[in-house]
Amino acid sequence: MTVMEQSPPALAEPEAPAVPPRPRRRRTPATWVRGGGLSTLVFLLPMLIVFFFFSWSPIVQSIVMSLQKTNFIVTEWVGLDNYVAVLADPLLGRAVLNTISFALLALLLGFPLPLFMAVLMSEVKRAKGLYSALAYLPVVVPPVVAVLLWKFFYSADADGVFNSVLGWVGIPPQPWIQSAVQAMPSLVLEATWAAAGGSIIIYLAALLAVPPELYDAAEVDGAGIWRKVWHVTLPSLRGILFIMLILQIIATAQVFLEPFLFTGGGPNNATVTILLFIYNKAFRNSLGGDFGEATALSVMLAIFLGLLSWLYFRLTNRWSTS
Amino acid sequence: MKSPGKVLLAGVAALATVGALAGCSSAGGSADGKTQIRVATFPPGADKAAYDAFAEQEKQFEKLNPDIDIIGVEYEWTGPTFAAQLAGGSLPDVFTVPFTDTKTLLENGQLADVTDAIEELGYTDKFNPIVLDGVTGADGKLYGFPRQAYAMGLHYNRELFEAAGLDPDAPPQTWEEVRAAAKAIAEKTGKAGYAQMAANNTGGWQLTAATIARGGRTQTDDGDGKYTSTIDNEATRAALQFLHDLKWEDDSFGSKVDLDWGTINQEFAAGNIGMYTSGSDVYTALVRDFGMAPDIYGLTVIPLEGADAGTLGGGDVAVISPKADDEAQAAAVKWIDWYYMQKLMDEDAAVLDAETLSKSGQAVGTPVLPVLSQELYLESLEWIQPYINVPLDQMTGFTEGIWEQTPVGEPKGQTQEIYALLDGVVQAVLTDENADIDALLKQADADAQAKLDG
Repeated sequence: MTVMEQSPPALAEPEAPAVPPRPRRRRTPATWVRGGGLSTLVFLLPMLIVFFFFSWSPIVQSIVMSLQKTNFIVTEWVGLDNYVAVLADPLLGRAVLNTISFALLALLLGFPLPLFMAVLMSEVKRAKGLYSALAYLPVVVPPVVAVLLWKFFYSADADGVFNSVLGWVGIPPQPWIQSAVQAMPSLVLEATWAAAGGSIIIYLAALLAVPPELYDAAEVDGAGIWRKVWHVTLPSLRGILFIMLILQIIATAQVFLEPFLFTGGGPNNATVTILLFIYNKAFRNSLGGDFGEATALSVMLAIFLGLLSWLYFRLTNRWSTS
Repeated sequence: MKSPGKVLLAGVAALATVGALAGCSSAGGSADGKTQIRVATFPPGADKAAYDAFAEQEKQFEKLNPDIDIIGVEYEWTGPTFAAQLAGGSLPDVFTVPFTDTKTLLENGQLADVTDAIEELGYTDKFNPIVLDGVTGADGKLYGFPRQAYAMGLHYNRELFEAAGLDPDAPPQTWEEVRAAAKAIAEKTGKAGYAQMAANNTGGWQLTAATIARGGRTQTDDGDGKYTSTIDNEATRAALQFLHDLKWEDDSFGSKVDLDWGTINQEFAAGNIGMYTSGSDVYTALVRDFGMAPDIYGLTVIPLEGADAGTLGGGDVAVISPKADDEAQAAAVKWIDWYYMQKLMDEDAAVLDAETLSKSGQAVGTPVLPVLSQELYLESLEWIQPYINVPLDQMTGFTEGIWEQTPVGEPKGQTQEIYALLDGVVQAVLTDENADIDALLKQADADAQAKLDG
């Protein structure tokens, strides 16, 4: 500290003439220290160090690695070869299609359901808290536990949990995640169950903000419940709906946990998603994997999602209700 | 200037953070003058008795080598973690890797050179030459100690055999008989008559084994590190057709088509599978890690059909991390020699090892293939005869039949990548009744060749 306090004036001297117009605003390291900059920095330091080691440094390293072929022992520079190779991989198309199919299914199933539930729950007059708690419960279950539990439910045997239930109403046992056709919808079903609670709480909060006079006015005009929902609730929720939609698209583009734990990408690559594809590139091959190609694809995915977020900000600025 | 107390506090906080981070990377080294080495023990899930046995062996070794401190570390060879563990320095100093992967690992510089050590110990020429070839680099140097080998065997559940009216002492000898037995088990017990691994590269591994058992090969070695894929062949076609028929015609395959080495063991140990193929040495893991009741277990050789048929063999090699320093490497060699090798060639060591293991109820005498000579292996079985506790009378189909089978090594070019590719083919046949096997094989062959050329 003493060293810091002594040296700055000497350093500041040559800088002084460079900024003549506003003498009041002139800042030297000495004034910076006197103004509390040093202690601010010291307080920030733990956070900066953590971010440096666990966020920024890995980001920079992965960009570097995407230009290399490495097994962490032997490393060579290969330029953009990794990007070319990963784009030419026949599985990439499959992974992109699978991810889109997950996103679409999740949108069809997972987007309207929480909204519907929230509207229903907001109409309930008694024990609202209980319903909210019940709806939120799946979110409390750790995701890995939930998936492993559902994997058990999805047993393709006739005495599996879901198949037993189907059996009661005369439906034959389904293969669920053991079938290339049913695997993806099964994954989406679990993901919807797991995530709906969070969305329901957000929608419930948003519904509270809808002025009750609007409903009263609609009622006076003779509107039934569905017309009230259509003409009052949904327009009032426009902003939040849009945010939830874009957040869901970004989240589904990064889906990894479900396919990784449920199916490992199978059967016959029916559930390989982009992130799982990246993971497999890096880690599945026991001989060290292709970290270069994996990071190259990660960088491309990050750029794509960055663009999507930029688009999202542009659009929300223009369409926002406020 | 802010109050010095505040700044001091922040400084301490910062230092603590840096200290904590630095702590992450500090590792190993010498404590009280001893050389510490971290050695692989068992896969996660091993029972307490296994660790008791290991602790006892650790004590025996440290008594002989008072300057070495052994630290046992849970370890399982898995592709996803190996490279990251190696790079991150959390890999044990001594660990084991499968035969198939040693060549690439040593070409990548990921294994320490142990040529001089093996030379000094004086048993370079004792190894089965085919086995030794697997750990010899292009430069002629040795990168590991082959310590255990296996051949593919047909494991079966004696209880389910009896329940299905089959004779557990006369297991199937042809694939047709396997199919018939599977059908009987499925019909009488409702369990999977026959199952096969299909996920995490094991689908390709087992399809390759099934191909070789039918006289085919999935790859030819052209020399100079060049390989030609021959996946599109009659034997592989027959192996896939066999799976198709069990799954879709006989309904005897069971519902799980995503099993791998661990999960198929788990299912078998739980009594849900009639038969499956896997390494002959899996009994140890079935009992130790998966809680199987020894009574239900049966093992025989896999059926061989066709002119050039053989049983897929493999095994693993004890190796040393290239990141260990000279002192640690020397200690590691001593440990490998004592823990893995001596019991294969020295009567006293073999007896001590068998005695220690059997005291803790660990499997002794599980059938393996010799890494040294067949004579030495059979002789070592004589030494440890009193301690053998695996039900060898339930394994006679294998122990008597294996010497007539030709072990065939795993394909060497892009082994795991191509196994991963073949996982998809196996899964396609098992999940789609109308899967076009010819088209699948043609595509897989082209994809595999692309990987071999790339």
